[in-house]
Amino acid sequence: MAAHVVQNLPRAATARINTEKISRMNELAPVVEMTGIAIGFPGVKALDDVSFRLFPGEVHALMGENGAGKSTLIKALTGVYTIDSGRITVLGQQKNFSTPAESQAAGVSTVYQEVNLCPNLTVEENVLLGREPRRRGSIDWRSVRTRTREVLAQLHLEHVDPGSLLSEHSIAVQQLIAIARSVEVNAKVLVLDEPTSSLDADEVNQLFRVIRDLRDRGVAILFVSHFLEQVYELSDRMTVLRNGKLVGEYMTRELSRMNLISKMIGKDLEVLEELDQASARSQARLAAGAQPFMQAEGLGRKGSVSGVNLSIYPGEVVGLAGLLGAGRTETARLLFGADKSDEGSIKVKGQPLKLRSPRTAIDHGIGFCSEDRKEEGLIGDLTVRDNLVLAMQATKGWARRIPRRVQDELVAEFIETLDIRPANPDALIRNLSGGNQQKVLLARWMVTSPDLLILDEPTRGIDIGAKTQIQKLVNRLASEGMSILFISSELEEVLRLSDRIAIIKDRAMVAEISNDDVSVEDVLTVIAGGAQ
Amino acid sequence: MKSVLKNRLAWPVIALVALLAVNQIFRGDFLSLRMQDGHLYGSIIDIMRNGAPTILIALGMTLVIASRGIDLSVGAVVAIAGAASCAYIAASPEPASPATAAVAVVIAVVAGLVLGVWNGFLVSTIGVQPIIATLVLMTAGRGIAQLITDGQIVSVTNDSYKAIGAGYLFTLPISILITAVVFILAAVLTRRTALGTLIEAVGINPVASRLAGLRARNIIWIVYIFSAFCAAIAGLMISSNVTAADANNAGLYIEMDAILAVVIGGTSLAGGRYSLVGTVVGAFIIQTLTTTVYTLGIPPEVTLVFKALVVLTVCLLQAPKARNLLRNLKPASPLRTKEKVAV
Repeated sequence: MAAHVVQNLPRAATARINTEKISRMNELAPVVEMTGIAIGFPGVKALDDVSFRLFPGEVHALMGENGAGKSTLIKALTGVYTIDSGRITVLGQQKNFSTPAESQAAGVSTVYQEVNLCPNLTVEENVLLGREPRRRGSIDWRSVRTRTREVLAQLHLEHVDPGSLLSEHSIAVQQLIAIARSVEVNAKVLVLDEPTSSLDADEVNQLFRVIRDLRDRGVAILFVSHFLEQVYELSDRMTVLRNGKLVGEYMTRELSRMNLISKMIGKDLEVLEELDQASARSQARLAAGAQPFMQAEGLGRKGSVSGVNLSIYPGEVVGLAGLLGAGRTETARLLFGADKSDEGSIKVKGQPLKLRSPRTAIDHGIGFCSEDRKEEGLIGDLTVRDNLVLAMQATKGWARRIPRRVQDELVAEFIETLDIRPANPDALIRNLSGGNQQKVLLARWMVTSPDLLILDEPTRGIDIGAKTQIQKLVNRLASEGMSILFISSELEEVLRLSDRIAIIKDRAMVAEISNDDVSVEDVLTVIAGGAQ
Repeated sequence: MKSVLKNRLAWPVIALVALLAVNQIFRGDFLSLRMQDGHLYGSIIDIMRNGAPTILIALGMTLVIASRGIDLSVGAVVAIAGAASCAYIAASPEPASPATAAVAVVIAVVAGLVLGVWNGFLVSTIGVQPIIATLVLMTAGRGIAQLITDGQIVSVTNDSYKAIGAGYLFTLPISILITAVVFILAAVLTRRTALGTLIEAVGINPVASRLAGLRARNIIWIVYIFSAFCAAIAGLMISSNVTAADANNAGLYIEMDAILAVVIGGTSLAGGRYSLVGTVVGAFIIQTLTTTVYTLGIPPEVTLVFKALVVLTVCLLQAPKARNLLRNLKPASPLRTKEKVAV
């Protein structure tokens, strides 16, 4: 490990790092200093003694796997969450934010992943919403126009007509307009939470140019992104979090990608052991020379994805990798019949199959856990029991109710094996934690004993304990002969679990690689280059 | 005590008991029952008999609302069912025979089922919003009823037919017995099978239900057919009670009372979990209110206002927001206001 790395930053944030940049920074006081921050939710410690500092004129990346506490830390800074303990100072003044408005007033502006503006208002109305210049009580539209023009010009957005509707512009421009809004208030700190997740390469460049401009003007920028390449391209420093704890603060150019990833993942011996099982499985499949359970050829849907060629063998975990929005979920929905495909074909056990609805897929032994647990998975106001047997009951039809005794046995069995808490079959599922909800949804499919289970982001937004349990479960199901299509934004997770990896890029499948000693970078190279 | 109050049925039942108590205080013989000529008499029996059509329709409405729908056409179905049966009896060669009455009942029920199929088709297959789909029949239905009766009020003289709404069996009014049978039917249909849970699942989260393999179409069809079936029985009851079919006024605004009964009974208009018992209690509250108005001697001009106030109170007591407000008001109210002022 590099000697410059500062582990567990001392509270009086005087780093002992002998690089020019840092020493220059040390002459400046940090704009934001967060010390010993702790935030807990019922049953979870989201942040535990985390410190973080942000200097003027730097781009600081906040890194960590999903659930590491990045967004919690941001929400503490932006006043969405109140901290349980610790200290936040902004521009040397101690702050105790309890609303986002207080944070904004202190000079912290935030641009979220989803653009938080009003699409049906004009650009100028959005930029100056709530602080329109006034003359004799009414809005002075002339100064609104000039002021907006000035701000847009600063961001190289001269071509945007201030009078046009926000919704007429691309997401990228909308995001820039959201930034324009914070420039207009002369923000000292700009927080960008996954700003690039829905942008294409050109738009990313445009955004980065603006970010660099702002940085050179002395704005402190906190940048969160899943895209390692972008982080390395843009950021000066990074702070790494893992499981709600601080791992350390590093200079970007002194921390290699592999080192960063190992810091983000940490060492998880349990799961590493099971990696061996995965390769054993894969060999068993090759030896058997079996027929694939499902085969998709040239599968696609207009405006969604195209050219999906995928074979999934019994007892195999196939990972579906690709950037957010590349078309992973769309692919899963086509394979499950949630959306109808309009090109290509699907074969199940060698027989051609037309998937008209999820029900057809279920009848042929396919299950699907959606990435959107709340909207597409849970029946929130029903009990754990009802949710757990729902798919099984649906296939039986309403008239043939699963006898209460059978329900009790099934539910008790799965509460036990999946360690669902609280272990109360009659608890309403909406009162369970995310991880436990996810386990119930997995159990919903497991009781139907499908041949293929499609899992779309099954570990997103759940605590680390449940996450490991679910990863183990995936391994176990596969070794029992179930096929699994595993979709996750976390490449590391896909790599740990899958026998093979299919890569989706720009709404088409671009490559399929066998997972023998494949590294995150290998996959990223494919995603970046699109080459086989 | 606290857990009892948390039960969704708690407030409707408390409201009903309070209303009955008020009546008992003002009229000592309110709760008493007496036997006369082998028939049971008393205010409670009157409330149950007069409320029977509302209860019936509210039962069907409960399932529709649980599935995220609403059925505005029930009043029109009441009119059509009554018109069809009375028109048949009036036109038949033996207008007084029990066989004619039996056929008339079958005709009314079949008419109801057909109308339910139509509503279900519009909602589940075509995908028309329930409020619009059933509005079609709500407006057109009265017209159909008038076509059947030729714009006249059709009177019938048939003792068997009259028994449905005004007759007695085992000392009880037949209409109460019919309502009880339909209630048991609905309870068995939904709770002994998986239908109830599946209706709730579709009502709570249609997208997730579809992805879990549920065929929502069939389920939605069933609830609209059941609702129209209940309305047809209510139509028979109403026309039998007055031995005439009035295409314009039979079941007028009954959909509003039914929806109100469902809401008072604790089933959310947003769909999802429902309670048939709650609905029956809700319908009783509405009917008892009407009786209370007479008992208390409230002038007819303010009757509706009085009704509205009671309903508002019950609904507020059920709303979580209002309950929280009430809870916060009680112990710490002076402190809290002070804090707010300081901020």
